[in-house]
Amino acid sequence: MVTRQPEPLRARLRLPFLVDQEKPMAEFLAYLIAGLATGAIYALAAIGFTLVWQTSQTINFAQGEFVMLPAILVLASAQFLGLPMAMAVLVGIVAFILLFGFGFKKVIVDPMIRHGVLPLAIATMALSIVMKEGAKDGFSAEAQRFPSFLPAETITFAGISISLQHVAIIVVACLAILGLQWFVTGTRLGRQMQATAQNPNVALILGIPVAQMVMLTFLINAGLAALASVLISPIYLAKFSNGEVIGLFAFIAAIVGGFNQVRGALAGGLIVGVIDSLAAAYISTSYRLAVPLVLLVVIILVKPEGLFGRPEERRV
Amino acid sequence: MSSLASATTPSRGLMRRIDGVFLTLVLGAAILWFVPIGMGRYGTYVLSLWMVMSIAVMGLNLTLGYAGLKSLAQAAFMGIGAYTTALLTTKLGLNWYASFLLSGAGCFALGLVLGFPALRVKAHYLAFVTLAFSTLVWLVLRNEQWLTGGVFGLSNIPRPTFFGLKTDGALAFHRFTLVITLILALALWWMIRSPWGRAFLALRENPIRAASLGVNIRTYTLLAFAIGSAYAGFAGALYAPLVEFIDPSPFALSASFFLLLMVVAGGSGYQLGPFVGALLGVVLPEWLRFTGGIYLIVFASIVVMLLIACPQGVIGLVERGWLALRRPGKGGAA
Repeated sequence: MVTRQPEPLRARLRLPFLVDQEKPMAEFLAYLIAGLATGAIYALAAIGFTLVWQTSQTINFAQGEFVMLPAILVLASAQFLGLPMAMAVLVGIVAFILLFGFGFKKVIVDPMIRHGVLPLAIATMALSIVMKEGAKDGFSAEAQRFPSFLPAETITFAGISISLQHVAIIVVACLAILGLQWFVTGTRLGRQMQATAQNPNVALILGIPVAQMVMLTFLINAGLAALASVLISPIYLAKFSNGEVIGLFAFIAAIVGGFNQVRGALAGGLIVGVIDSLAAAYISTSYRLAVPLVLLVVIILVKPEGLFGRPEERRV
Repeated sequence: MSSLASATTPSRGLMRRIDGVFLTLVLGAAILWFVPIGMGRYGTYVLSLWMVMSIAVMGLNLTLGYAGLKSLAQAAFMGIGAYTTALLTTKLGLNWYASFLLSGAGCFALGLVLGFPALRVKAHYLAFVTLAFSTLVWLVLRNEQWLTGGVFGLSNIPRPTFFGLKTDGALAFHRFTLVITLILALALWWMIRSPWGRAFLALRENPIRAASLGVNIRTYTLLAFAIGSAYAGFAGALYAPLVEFIDPSPFALSASFFLLLMVVAGGSGYQLGPFVGALLGVVLPEWLRFTGGIYLIVFASIVVMLLIACPQGVIGLVERGWLALRRPGKGGAA
């Protein structure tokens, strides 16, 4: 094992209680499952990111903050409105989808998209600063405990310790993604949305309500972000700065996966999550971020359309 | 200049604006030479910081405003410049001028290395490559304690001497910073007016037409990014002796976002924009001190509103108003 430096936030993902130094295989599997769990979260964020990018050419640099904020809103509504937790989750998520699905589209994207892609991308950077600082000054600068709605115990199966929470995260996220995939390919509404994503002009000619479809992707993006937030916050704790890492990994997952596919973003997210977890375990905790970054640069150099993307579909 | 100017300049109005830029730069520098007298150490320090940030924003303005590239590593390049200068002057005892040039040259070379593969693909991939680079630089600054001092940073960075004159005092260093800023601003002004810069403007106005006229888009955008990065290196080389202590935090990714906001707030693609943007980004926090920590929110919100109302920034807004006043019929000369 490489020497580790103390890192309070990250340390929580490192599962020391699961790791049995005498069984390298069990240790590897524990890290693999932890990586798949965080990877599923990155995938949720990456899918929303690519959906919004496809339908409206919005590069959302605030995507990480989109995953950070719902948990903060949930905690804030529990604290300030005195709601019970289940109610607070509902209120927080609905408020988030209204503000950052509907509101984001209406207030920021719609007035700005006519100025081109560049000012809009910069406006999302400004938005990320507003969200991050808002969470810090409006709620708390400290990491807050977030209740888990998933089983938290660890089971031992064939000599391997498995955290049920990680397994549950993977299952919930994958169900959500499968549901989305079914919606996009299997329902009329979803196919209209896909048509809008692929070619808005033709979709308009075919009588598809393009504006509503674009709005739908923004709502789905906010919904996926809220789900990711509720899943990850029990592990990472809810903190204003969580979005930095999550956002970075969501971008990497989207590019690695191919920028234009749900399954690409899913695979990209899982790959990045596993690489991150294994890099932290076997290479270096202080440089764990560097390994996915190197992967990103290699992908851009070698296969810029992504592992699962087709080059001809890339439009700018 | 005149033959080239008449061959490619669309109107005399543009020429007038450029001369206005030159006059404003020189006059502004003359005023700023005397302004800090009686302002005290801290006020002078804020003015110097404004100059230093203006240099970094000027460079980013070249990348974003003229070449249309999103670089998310401007603060990282500034960090490289600051650490290079700090290490060379404290550990190797090199003089500041050589360190300054090496900082800029190093960032220029890194810009070429980063930009070449990214721009080979698609312009917006540069955003993601620089995003990754920014994080990597921050990791190295934080983790490589033997070199960078880690989170404890580097201290006792000496201030340069100017022909034997020490610039240890706040006012002396302010004037020193002012001279360097003026030189760098005039260099950029000259660059943009040169044939090279004219090709550049053509590229910004209509890339396809520029390419059909024989402008090599990739070379020009790559050079713009590298020069923009070099300016961040220069800014860092001035930042280190200004604050005399550096640690990794001011060079994190969010600082790069903040620099981009300064570019668009001032007016991207306008030569005086960076000074306005940096003024908003550096001096506004001082005015908003009474609000506590929320100045960042206020600044970012102002930028979003400005972008919605007028994507050309403050200078664009002023120009729009000026044109509306002068010639009610004619608008949008920018």
